Amino acid sequence: MEIKHEIYLDNSATTRVCEEAAKKALELMTAEYGNPSSLHTMGVRAETAMTQARRAVAQAMSVQEKNIVFTSGGTESNNLALFGAAYARRKRGKRIVTTAVEHHSVLYTAQQLEKEGFEVIYLKPGRDGYIREEDVFEAVTRDTILVSVMAVNNETGAIFPVEAAAAAIKRAGAPALLHVDAVQAFGKLPLRPAKMGIDLMSISGHKIHAPKGIGALYIANGVHLTPRVFGGGQEQNIRPGTESVPLIGALGAAVEALPPVAQEEAAMRALNQSLREKLADMPGVVIHSPEDGLPCILNFSAGTVRAETMLHFLASRGIYVSSGSACAKSARSHVLTAMGLPQKEIDSSLRVSFSRYNTEEDVAALVTALEEGLRTLARAR
Amino acid sequence: MEEVLLIKLGEIVLKGLNRKTFEQVLLKNIRRRLAPRGEFTVTSAQSTIYVKPASPEADLDLAEEKAGKIFGVIAYARACAVEKEIGAIQRAAAEYLKNELAGVSTFKVEGKRSDKKFPLTSMEAAAQVGGYLLSKNPHLSVDVHNPELTVRVEIREEAAYIHGAPRPGAGGLPVGTGGQAAILISGGIDSPVAAWMMARRGVELTAIHFASPPYTSERAEMKVQELLRKVSEYSGRMKMYTVEIAHMQEEIRDKCPEELFTIIMRRFMMRASTRIAEKTGCSALITGESLGQVASQTIQAIACTDAAAEMPVFRPLIGTDKAEIVSLSHQIGTFDISIEPYEDCCTVFTPRHPRTRPSLPFVEKAEAALDVQALVDECLESVRCVEITPERIYPAETASF
Repeated sequence: MEIKHEIYLDNSATTRVCEEAAKKALELMTAEYGNPSSLHTMGVRAETAMTQARRAVAQAMSVQEKNIVFTSGGTESNNLALFGAAYARRKRGKRIVTTAVEHHSVLYTAQQLEKEGFEVIYLKPGRDGYIREEDVFEAVTRDTILVSVMAVNNETGAIFPVEAAAAAIKRAGAPALLHVDAVQAFGKLPLRPAKMGIDLMSISGHKIHAPKGIGALYIANGVHLTPRVFGGGQEQNIRPGTESVPLIGALGAAVEALPPVAQEEAAMRALNQSLREKLADMPGVVIHSPEDGLPCILNFSAGTVRAETMLHFLASRGIYVSSGSACAKSARSHVLTAMGLPQKEIDSSLRVSFSRYNTEEDVAALVTALEEGLRTLARAR
Repeated sequence: MEEVLLIKLGEIVLKGLNRKTFEQVLLKNIRRRLAPRGEFTVTSAQSTIYVKPASPEADLDLAEEKAGKIFGVIAYARACAVEKEIGAIQRAAAEYLKNELAGVSTFKVEGKRSDKKFPLTSMEAAAQVGGYLLSKNPHLSVDVHNPELTVRVEIREEAAYIHGAPRPGAGGLPVGTGGQAAILISGGIDSPVAAWMMARRGVELTAIHFASPPYTSERAEMKVQELLRKVSEYSGRMKMYTVEIAHMQEEIRDKCPEELFTIIMRRFMMRASTRIAEKTGCSALITGESLGQVASQTIQAIACTDAAAEMPVFRPLIGTDKAEIVSLSHQIGTFDISIEPYEDCCTVFTPRHPRTRPSLPFVEKAEAALDVQALVDECLESVRCVEITPERIYPAETASF
């Protein structure tokens, strides 16, 4: 398959589907298309494909297969986790703790829960993008029933204090479940939910080179969620509906194709470091991502040029980046706003996000184009 | 700060002259079990086995998880190794156990000095580390009787090791030190537990499964493979032989009294299993029978079944209650698989009123209506085989016994 050459640096928005995943999906759509619930051989083969995928996802987190429920993606996983946990524990308290810079699928779900009578605490990050551990310990009280913290912020790459949240729940003796939105972190950080005290963890396929429309929720042993959807008993009755075998198979294949976390980290770190050094030489550029954040994400302001203008300029050169978070078009970033950055910096902020398909040449091309953009666009003003 | 896995030996340390042999087998098992997880160095000293990552992809998290399922290990702990200097030990303890300390309100420190050249006694070292941790964590207080967290500081020959609570290991003896035996596995709750129990006593497993296609489905067999895959996380890799017995079952149904169907079938299974076991190097059979659980598990029925086996038959569950078996199967992780509802060969042609107290002469007389030898030969002509490892299931060559 020939892939046309573009310089795609928006991998936190979505990624190119890897060959392994595409091949698996095709096979499961055209050859092994049975319904996994069917008793006959074709059903068995579809089920086997699904089991293999489930095993791949479970092994990547060092958990058991029964802990993995497939969903339609990160948004559904987050909704299921928050609603499911809040309603399962509503008799034990009303307090939910999360951060002000979660993805909208957590934030808006939390706001909906507020309308339904729950009390939600939103922790704010500092200027550096980090959530302070002390704030977490203070916010988690004896009557907290749910804590939802993302593993990595999707706009800045800042790594959030998940283990501190687990410790805070333990220390407070709270009946709280810990949910982690790991959509950006999965495959890039060593996440071992069972070991880290995480009860629920959301992942999404299309951020790790699987197709869109598939994700999973890790559910720890003994954790019961109140379901939102009712049907034929699939996915342990938590998320019924005939399983999307082609997408599930593709997710499994994409997970199997992931390089070891340490290797991926080193490769991303090299690209990040290289871009940082080059940006440091450019006047008017301010980097927002913390040095020790997730290296595949780098958020910065490109001088006085509005992000959207620069984004289109770069796109005209075949280079694709994002302004703030791609999910909320044209809205001012709630993350950078919560960090307390000046409005001008927010309006000119770009997010570059790498994947294993990016190279040093891509970084060089981006820098050249950025320099050109800063020259021509600034003059046009 | 170097991180290691400390593995404490169980019953092995009670062995006298054989101890070295047992230890060698355990070291070999640990190395083999960790191999798919990257390179590790595995060494032993002072009744402790040290596992250290030796390559960048070697993942101690995964190694730890594996260590919990290796027989012969009584306990294990992840520890950080530091130089034997009290300041370094204090700083390492605060840093290494940061999250654990954050999650509790009370703690204590236990010291253990096996290197007597170290200037502080166990008590002194513990007190100094405790004091330092208190100064760094104002939310903590010391509780020596009932602490939420016990910090352990071991001062050994090569380094000092710091860790929190050790985790209990799987116990038992290293697989391979107890010979080899064949488990007769159905799809139920009991037989995987029986297999696990014998593996825990050091027995290396081979599995024999009886299937009756077209009466039983592929799903039933996959379920058994999946059960064994779970067991193999503890027992290590094994071969599974699948013997097809539908024709033999039809013969029994047609020519023998209905009330004796199960007992005669089980005698066939014993004969076929003995032969497979002999030819695959096994010296005993294992079943999941528990006394009185069903009609074929009365003393009289077991006597009849045993008479057809030509080697010892181990029944580790014979004196256990169903509830105990269920609880063990939860622990092993086989329960959820066992309860998937597929027909197995034992539920095909089940008699309405099985005989609970058959006598051997009576059973033998009924069996005379069959050509026993020919039926056994026929089943064993083409036996399917797969190799089962915790990671995956490999198809193997069809065998003839």
